[in-house]
Amino acid sequence: MTDRAIPPPYPPPHAGEGRVGARPPLRVRLALRDLDAVTLLALPAILFVAALFVYPFLYGFVLSFKPKAGDWLANYRKFFSDPFLYDTIGATLWLAVPATLINVLLSIPVAMRVRRLQRRRFLTTILVVPITLGTVLIAEGLLNYLGPQGWFNRSLALLGFGPVPLVHNYTGVMLSLIMSGFPFTFLLTLSYITGIDPSLEQAASTLGAKARARFWHIILPLLAQGLAINLCLSFVQTFSVFPSAVLLGSPAGATRVISIAAYQAAYEQYDYSMASTVAMIMGFVQLAVVTLILSARALVYRGAVGGGKG
Amino acid sequence: MAQHKSIAERLWAIAIWALVIFFVVNVIATIAAVAVNSLGTRWFGAWLPAGFTMRWYISAWDEFQLYDVLIVTFQVVGAVVLFSGLLGAPAAYALARRNFPAKQFVIVLFLLPMMIPPITFGIPLATVLYQAHLGGSLSGVILANLVPTVPFVVLVMIPFIEQIDPRIEAAARVFGAGTGRLFLHVLVPLLTPGILAALLLVLVRTIAMFELTFFTAGPDSQTLVVALYYAVYAAGVRANQSIDAMAVVYMVTSLVWLLIALKFVDPTQIVTRVKREAH
Repeated sequence: MTDRAIPPPYPPPHAGEGRVGARPPLRVRLALRDLDAVTLLALPAILFVAALFVYPFLYGFVLSFKPKAGDWLANYRKFFSDPFLYDTIGATLWLAVPATLINVLLSIPVAMRVRRLQRRRFLTTILVVPITLGTVLIAEGLLNYLGPQGWFNRSLALLGFGPVPLVHNYTGVMLSLIMSGFPFTFLLTLSYITGIDPSLEQAASTLGAKARARFWHIILPLLAQGLAINLCLSFVQTFSVFPSAVLLGSPAGATRVISIAAYQAAYEQYDYSMASTVAMIMGFVQLAVVTLILSARALVYRGAVGGGKG
Repeated sequence: MAQHKSIAERLWAIAIWALVIFFVVNVIATIAAVAVNSLGTRWFGAWLPAGFTMRWYISAWDEFQLYDVLIVTFQVVGAVVLFSGLLGAPAAYALARRNFPAKQFVIVLFLLPMMIPPITFGIPLATVLYQAHLGGSLSGVILANLVPTVPFVVLVMIPFIEQIDPRIEAAARVFGAGTGRLFLHVLVPLLTPGILAALLLVLVRTIAMFELTFFTAGPDSQTLVVALYYAVYAAGVRANQSIDAMAVVYMVTSLVWLLIALKFVDPTQIVTRVKREAH
């Protein structure tokens, strides 16, 4: 706020606008609340997001209550009475919850080690590659690599284990969620941990706290906020798994996730109302879990958050 | 903190590093499996293919109409980069320089399309685009891809703009620069690294953006990643090596830009800019 005092919040009179002075009080009043020509620069982007994100969401919400046949709740009643549809929630949670927990919990000890590494750029660069390539390519790669004749099963055979079925089932999707999800959670956790002021840990060390005590009493409480956000982001991503569930899983069986149900409603049955219903239910479940995580965090730890981050 | 470590601590450290190495080896092997298969003549029951050839690339180029797909991909990516810059950069400037009422609300509005996964909002978005007769066309694909990238540019650029001292702009005004000259001679040169970083990240993300393109693309507006999905989905129709040749073309397209992007940004920035604003 302090360095903002120097430039005038409204353009000088010669800025080329004819209406200057027409209603100076209102203009000045608005400018004092930081509403001027510069603020208007945000308008196109706001309108764009409103038109192509907020409006479609509301449209989909309303559309979900306008089924092809039946009363306004018919789609929701159909979803929750047909096991072929409502089972997808369980199937998706059965993938998303373990994958999220594995990714986030593993990222903590790894990030604790890597943060002391001087040259960690090589590692972070390699980990960005699977994020960049995306789930479709990871799925195709894992089909080769984990397949019955792939390198992974050949290596297991060298160690004396028989071929393990790793693709076209639950395991394949889980492994792809870890391969494309872990780099994301790890880089996020790493940035939170490196953001914690190292002098706090040094102080505890000086006072005789061992590494384990330093982690539980200093790092973890300061990390709680970041971990909650990490869990939320990671969960909503894994909950909306689609390409790998189709390509690497068994899309008619164990990995028939909720996004497949939404896709089939929209592009195989052309029932956009039902598709919107499934999308809304997907959104509700994500919202519920995110709310749960954030309120659990508030219960576990109350206090200053951020740990010396700017 | 240089104390002597117990055996348990050493074992723990070794276990963690073994895990990291195992993970990295698997990532490299997964990608290498695609590349090796695309170059192999016949690969069955062995560690490596019987021989190496380039012919799968030629057949993939014809079978999957890769030329057309690549043209569409570059058109989509180019338009998305251009428009997300044009819409996002001015908004970032406004949000960085002004503290208007409801600013927090606007920030949340920009955060939501990045936090909510594309699958969740993609189907209602595609429905609206089809209603507007934009679905299945190039412009529909571009509009859908802009939904997460415009907020992304805004949120990535806000810190870049905040670090520029407003007094520099004030000084330019004092010396008589109008808005146009201020923009061209002061803001653009100072903001170039920020704009470049944001747009390169948009480029990399758009090449890999599967869901939104998949929901809105018609037969003539598929990008490379969607074409790859359809090819893998219909595996068995075409030779496996041919699909992998297309996968390699996709990887090269994406990783070249990633390498360029990494000249300007830290790898962690690809995920962490989201978090900075998420507090």
